[in-house]
Amino acid sequence: MGNPNVGKSVVFSRLTGANVIASNYPGTTVDFSKGNMRIDGKRVEIIDAPGTYSLEPTNKAEEAASKMLKKADVLINVVDATNLERNLYLTLQLLERNIPVIIALNLWDETHHLGIHINEKELETLLGVPIVPTVALTGEGIKTLVSRIKDAKINEKIKPTSEEGRWVEIGSIIGKVEQVEHRHHTFRDKISDLTIRPHTGIPIAIGIIFCAFWFVRLIGENLIEYIFDPIFENLYLPIVMRLSEWLGPGIAHTILIGEYGVEIDFFESLGILTTGLYVPIAAVLPYIVAFYFTLSILEDTGYLPRLATLVDKIFHKLGMHGHGIVPLFLGLGCNVPGALSTRTLETRKQRFISATLLAICVPCMAQMAMIFGALGTYGLYYIGLVFLTLTILYIVIGLILNRFIKGESPEIFLEIPPYRRPSLKATFKKTWMRIRWFLKEAIPYLFVGVLIINVLYVIGILQWFGNAVSPVMEGLFGLPGDASIALITGFLRKDLAVGMLITLNMAPLQLVIAVTMLTIYFPCVATFAVLIKELGIKDMLKSAAIMVGVAIIVGFLLRIILLGA
Amino acid sequence: MPLSHLPINKKARIASIHGGYGFQRKLGVMGIREKQEIKIVSKQPFHGPLTIEVCGSQMTLGRGMAQKITVEVVQ
Ligand SMILES: Nc1nc2c(ncn2[C@@H]2O[C@H](COP(=O)(O)OP(=O)(O)OP(=O)(O)O)[C@@H](O)[C@H]2O)c(=O)[nH]1
Ligand SMILES: [Mg+2]
Repeated sequence: MGNPNVGKSVVFSRLTGANVIASNYPGTTVDFSKGNMRIDGKRVEIIDAPGTYSLEPTNKAEEAASKMLKKADVLINVVDATNLERNLYLTLQLLERNIPVIIALNLWDETHHLGIHINEKELETLLGVPIVPTVALTGEGIKTLVSRIKDAKINEKIKPTSEEGRWVEIGSIIGKVEQVEHRHHTFRDKISDLTIRPHTGIPIAIGIIFCAFWFVRLIGENLIEYIFDPIFENLYLPIVMRLSEWLGPGIAHTILIGEYGVEIDFFESLGILTTGLYVPIAAVLPYIVAFYFTLSILEDTGYLPRLATLVDKIFHKLGMHGHGIVPLFLGLGCNVPGALSTRTLETRKQRFISATLLAICVPCMAQMAMIFGALGTYGLYYIGLVFLTLTILYIVIGLILNRFIKGESPEIFLEIPPYRRPSLKATFKKTWMRIRWFLKEAIPYLFVGVLIINVLYVIGILQWFGNAVSPVMEGLFGLPGDASIALITGFLRKDLAVGMLITLNMAPLQLVIAVTMLTIYFPCVATFAVLIKELGIKDMLKSAAIMVGVAIIVGFLLRIILLGA
Repeated sequence: MPLSHLPINKKARIASIHGGYGFQRKLGVMGIREKQEIKIVSKQPFHGPLTIEVCGSQMTLGRGMAQKITVEVVQ
């Protein structure tokens, strides 16, 4: 346990070998992770908890941390050595609890160049529990930490006191163990100032976001064009064609490859081994790689809290505060972690708005990759239309919800961590973890999706449904009836749904309407499950009603604006 | 004067914090307590949040919260 952003998750990964996401902003971890390690031949369970400043929680993530405390046999309190005074408050609260404690004095490397000198031996005597300086990022001190876990002690002398009492105690401890040299304004401080002051920070922010998008597209597109497409076209296609000959016509062929006798098209064939494999791996994966690499850099440098400060005012008008940028950014990768990160917002109102806007207006990278693929051939203008619509919706719905949802939306109160140079190894590791997670989640859903669609087609249900709702789709949205089938598929996987829209040979503007509606109308099943858990059934139903309503209204308006009456 | 009136980069000391117990504690655990040295790093326009430096770390807080903190400039 420990304050937010002190390196708990990195320490946890070091101890257990399990991989968890660590980033340079408070509130990265919002749930527990469990892992195992061996101490003297005995297996023990280690738990990584969300960070908290005190044992009186202010949001859901901190609440979770306080609850966990009751179950622990030994507490490893990770402390930020560059911020000893503030960190010791929680430490004292923990020491009052009669649970054995050991302290990892982390970020030890940073104390050197900050001119902070801590006498850890003296601190150990004063607190009466083992203290080990660590640099979790490089692993320094972790061995010593492990070897001393068994020495973790209860300090009998520390009795529960008042807040005031604790601060007096801390003051006297700090006076004895810490010396701080006077420090000059460094280059890093200057950058920090530039990126957080509005007149320089806002242009820089626009530049960074623009560059990030451009960079993602550049990497994504090139990976597809020069690596993934050639592999699929030249190496994989011949294999599938041979398989096709060998299978011959029949249901097996339809499900595995697609309709027999029609030329194989990885987007349109709708077989498990064709579309089912091509969409996640060749069309989406390159963008996932590009996106998460870029996001990791933004996270690990510590830029996000500064961006949160700059956009706070706007987000406050939408009923949240600046930290709402985190669910938005994470959601652009995948809505599931985005939905989970709404926990760092303090009130129900904020979480409801943030989650609803996420589900309505934030397409995940898998879906965006397919949108780029589908509309990119017609020109940037069409892609721009989709994103412009979604951005306007984010703001308009946010304004409306802020007005009508009851509850408070407290102001921002967010720690701004120092800039850190992202370690390349950590960045790659984190990107790889997220890619693996994507593959594990996406491929099974896509296979199942393709399978179900094929079965329903063979039975004829989908054709019947498409025809039945055709008048509505035509009349309201100017779309072919079969687009409804893609919308339903979107509940399973939105990337697959966009793939199905491509097969309908619509005009580019129709495609714009269809993919926009697909983004809005409902989240995919994975996100839906998380949202139910986070919001509760009642709020989720409200949120879902808003989604469907907005999708119908927007689809209709777009049809009038783009296609004429 | 209220914290929000303090010019950027000017060192000051926190004189008092108004507001309920919960509010005081929320600020307190982040190092914002009476007698602490404080400095403003940036102010966002249109009554946006302030970024301050206390206790060697920086944090952003809303203008309304800043209004409840009184400071006196130190020479
Ligand atoms: N220089 C340096 N950086 C570190 C060290 N330990 C962790 N970091 C970095 O500090 C940042 C925060 O680490 P996390 O492990 O995510 O922190 P956390 O305590 O789990 O944070 P929350 O989950 O938000 O409470 C990351 O960017 C790490 O790479 C260290 O010893 N030295
Ligand atoms: Mg963490």
